[in-house]
Amino acid sequence: MRRELLLALRRPSDVATALLFFVIVASLFPLGIGAEPERLRSIAPGVIWVAALLSAMLSLGRLFAADHADGTLEQMLLGAAPLGLIVAAKTAAHWLVSGLPLVLIAPLIAVQYDVAARLYGVLAVSLLLGTPVLSFIGAIGAALTLGLRGGGVLLSLLVLPLYVPVLILGAGAVAMADAGLAAGGQLELLGALLIMAAAFTPWATAAALRISSE
Amino acid sequence: MLEAKDLECERGGRKLFGGLSLALGPGALLRVAGANGSGKTSLLRILCGLLAPSAGEVRWKGERIASLREEFSRELVYLGHAAAVKDDLTPAENLDIACRLAGLAVERQAVEKALENFSVPARPVRKLSQGQRRRAALARLSLSAAVPLWLLDEPLAALDASAAAQVEALVREHVTRGGAVAYTTHQATGLDGAARVIEL
Repeated sequence: MRRELLLALRRPSDVATALLFFVIVASLFPLGIGAEPERLRSIAPGVIWVAALLSAMLSLGRLFAADHADGTLEQMLLGAAPLGLIVAAKTAAHWLVSGLPLVLIAPLIAVQYDVAARLYGVLAVSLLLGTPVLSFIGAIGAALTLGLRGGGVLLSLLVLPLYVPVLILGAGAVAMADAGLAAGGQLELLGALLIMAAAFTPWATAAALRISSE
Repeated sequence: MLEAKDLECERGGRKLFGGLSLALGPGALLRVAGANGSGKTSLLRILCGLLAPSAGEVRWKGERIASLREEFSRELVYLGHAAAVKDDLTPAENLDIACRLAGLAVERQAVEKALENFSVPARPVRKLSQGQRRRAALARLSLSAAVPLWLLDEPLAALDASAAAQVEALVREHVTRGGAVAYTTHQATGLDGAARVIEL
């Protein structure tokens, strides 16, 4: 994991790309549908979440591709630690550089949409719980489509449907809080999803990697 | 130590080899020879468990390698076609990570000494030539004396004479130490006199 972070530090542009993409996508909506505060406020949670989803997709393709190309993936497959652990560390590092920045910048986007200040907390917590799930689930897709021609498109087709529950729960939590209801239920479900994803997907990813690197 | 029985390999619907059996004991040196595309790399990948053979099995000290997994991985060094070094890191960082991944605890000084022996400059790998990258990867061998099995895919490709001699010396040393080495090549090397040859 230290290695992944080190690599990310040497390549700040990759991190910046995902983040800028998120900001730009989220900023396109007001331009497209007009600057009516009431309408913007009501679509804000959904827009922010969809932008986060797309931005997570954008960086997924690179998760294993570079390692596959230069042969380091083979060394990971032959590593002394169980492959699932290595994958979990890699995915966690991927989230730290692609997911965490989104969580941190989301309140800024929320300001743009004139979201009530009391919702910032729920929005940030929902993204904090949800974006790692996106990384973990996406890793399976990235491993499965490794080395395929047109893998990027296939990856989106595979992974986006699996992101739907996270999107519904995440955007739902913010919408609930906005309506003055308790968002705890949605957030707890997101937390449960995160725990399950962290516990099981690395092993699925590891199996997929073994298959696609044959 | 390593035994393979009736291995058969099929790639893309074409049978590369079949009925191949081999055994590598302590001190064994094996050269896998053959033309391009004859399955040399596939054989090595089967031996280290990266590729499943379409028939037959590989055993390490009597156990199937598929059931050993990491326990087997810890006992081998596989250096493939690609140098497995990251462009954005220095050779020392690369080597340190490779050893850590393989479960070897190495000192900073040992890493630097190994790279010095192979005269790899301390610049990011992106700025190194193909041969220097190769050297940076092969420097791992001088830190892997304790690992019994070495599987080397074209170890001498892209190396100049002095680096090639150094790799050959390391391999010879490892074999006298009681390790086992299998390597592929289609060129003649200084090791060929001592090696058993499998022609694919």
